Amino acid sequence: MSAPRSLRTPSQRIAWNATIVVSTLVFIFLMAPILAIMPLSFSSGSYLTYPLPGLSLRWYDDFLNSARWMASLKNSMIIGVASATLSVLLGTLAALGLAQWKSRFKPLVLAVVLSPVVVPGVITAVGLYFFFAPIGLTGSYLGLILAHTALATPFVVITVGATLQSFDTNLARAAASLGASPLYAFRRVILPLILPGLASGALFAFATSFDEVVIVLFMAGPEQRTLPREMFSGIRENISPTITAAAVILTTVSVILLATMEALRRRNERLKGRGA
Amino acid sequence: MTEALLTGVDAPTGVPLRRRLKRAERARQVKALALVVPLLLFLLLTFVGPIASMLWRAVDDWEVPRVLPHTVAALADWNGKDLPDERAYAALADDILAARAAGTVAIASKRLNYALNGFRTILASTSRNLKTAPEPGTARETLGKINPAWRDRGTWSAIKGAGGPMTSFYLLAALDLTRNADGAIVAAPPDQAIYRDVFARTFTISFGVALLCLILGFPVAYLLATLPPGRSNLLMIFVLLPFWTSLLVRTCAWIVLLQSNGVVNDGLRWLGIIDAPLRLIYNRFGVYVAMTHVLLPFMILPLYSSMKAISPAYMRAAASLGAAPVTAFLRIYLPQTLPGIGAGGLLVFILALGYYITPALVGGGGDQMISYFIALYTTETANWGLASALGAVLLLATLLLATVYGKLVQGQQVTGGMKN
Repeated sequence: MSAPRSLRTPSQRIAWNATIVVSTLVFIFLMAPILAIMPLSFSSGSYLTYPLPGLSLRWYDDFLNSARWMASLKNSMIIGVASATLSVLLGTLAALGLAQWKSRFKPLVLAVVLSPVVVPGVITAVGLYFFFAPIGLTGSYLGLILAHTALATPFVVITVGATLQSFDTNLARAAASLGASPLYAFRRVILPLILPGLASGALFAFATSFDEVVIVLFMAGPEQRTLPREMFSGIRENISPTITAAAVILTTVSVILLATMEALRRRNERLKGRGA
Repeated sequence: MTEALLTGVDAPTGVPLRRRLKRAERARQVKALALVVPLLLFLLLTFVGPIASMLWRAVDDWEVPRVLPHTVAALADWNGKDLPDERAYAALADDILAARAAGTVAIASKRLNYALNGFRTILASTSRNLKTAPEPGTARETLGKINPAWRDRGTWSAIKGAGGPMTSFYLLAALDLTRNADGAIVAAPPDQAIYRDVFARTFTISFGVALLCLILGFPVAYLLATLPPGRSNLLMIFVLLPFWTSLLVRTCAWIVLLQSNGVVNDGLRWLGIIDAPLRLIYNRFGVYVAMTHVLLPFMILPLYSSMKAISPAYMRAAASLGAAPVTAFLRIYLPQTLPGIGAGGLLVFILALGYYITPALVGGGGDQMISYFIALYTTETANWGLASALGAVLLLATLLLATVYGKLVQGQQVTGGMKN
């Protein structure tokens, strides 16, 4: 890696090289856990050590044929998709409203809307446990979907809000002056333009629910155990290689989500560039 | 159509344009608010409400008034200096008989046992041995005979103290404080005074993690901000991929790496650096490693964006004016990264304060943070009052710091806007 042209003195070059060395070590630190766990899931042995005795897909086979793991994957998908849908609906409406609303209470409302991100998971979980138990929402899908929606909606408000900031409100006015009803204008003019923000918001919301475990620990019955919840008990009891297979599957989902988000971001930037 | 636009549709009503515009703007504002209301109502039910209910539980003292209502009423005008009068004893006997019939003695004894250790036994023996309501005038004697504790002023002040409707008992307990028999706030007995230690530990670990993140994150953010965009985007994947990987996966991976026959210990043994495996996990070291790994991206990303905004012209100007590289870095570059350091450090600290899963899985008994105790008292021992009080303290700390963070970031956005 070559140093920037501005580095002329030897001491600057030393400092730059030190930056590279330290950064490389940090990159290794960041990637090591993910890279170390992946090959273990393909091991033919049942010990989580290197060198691998041989390669096999037996732990994936184990995962796919385990009723418990498959049920948890299904639960994660159901709760993730449902809460992402609900948060996109609520979050987009709120972002549209917040973009136009002018009031001295706006910072307060914004703080309330975004607070689920900051409040520690245990506090939210304990509160929900107390609040939902008397009305029969603990140990139910509905309770978990509602709870995850509350956690995920701030991300939709943020991403859609960011897209709306670069949105030219004159376009909505133009549509209205040409006789479009507000709903028609939203569907044909606003929605297509904020769609990338909406999609990233949906992915963020899904990822939030898909990764959440504290609320699930408090609220889920045996029927609603999600993939992270199953991993939590697995890690607590005894880490079997099946968990590493589950981990690789979870990581693959994350990579797909990340790649999609990145593609959306690039597309959005390209569109913005064309507009300017 | 054109005519209508020019004259204004409402023109015949004679309303001036300014007022009509104002009215239209107000209608727009109402519509805008109407779009936010569904989310606000939703959060009221799924977030604000639940947290408010937790806060209420931290002060709610419902058990004793519900199970021993007449006793609480009879003690209302008790001076607390001498033993209460015969009326209170008779009320207690009635209440205990009623509670035994309703099967609610355990509810009251659990609460009273927090206030006075051993109260569970007092109530149990009384409820067992009290056959029928005592003859009028003999309640004090009867109860005193069943259990001598009823001749003790402390027993009665425990009931009065837990008589509701609200109590500071749990909140005081969360801060290792309690009330003595005279109602004065004093230090809690040493065997119960553990929460200040837990809070101190939580703050120490969070601060340590934030510091480690800063030390590790600074060079990386600098590298990413200095390299040409093509290369830094590529390297950014190394930051974003862990960021997006499930917390459980990363925690699980650290256990695999650090356990006694794990990858790191095997590697060190293979290299001949150690003979016996090092203890790297289920202790404080493991907590620091795993939490730093999880939270590092939250430090790198704000630092990166604050460094990206620093023009290289400043450093060149410093160099051309004769500043040595170290001086230029310390006096010109570093001060401009301070907002990023502040934002990233505070963010990591706030997030670390509430950590539960990672310390629970990679820490030992002495490394558990406050969230662990909140969870423990909620699900295991069902001491909901104490769980809520500890939660209230954690929530207060988090919200205070989050407000500071909000001010910090907002200030940066404003200056950032002016620079552009």
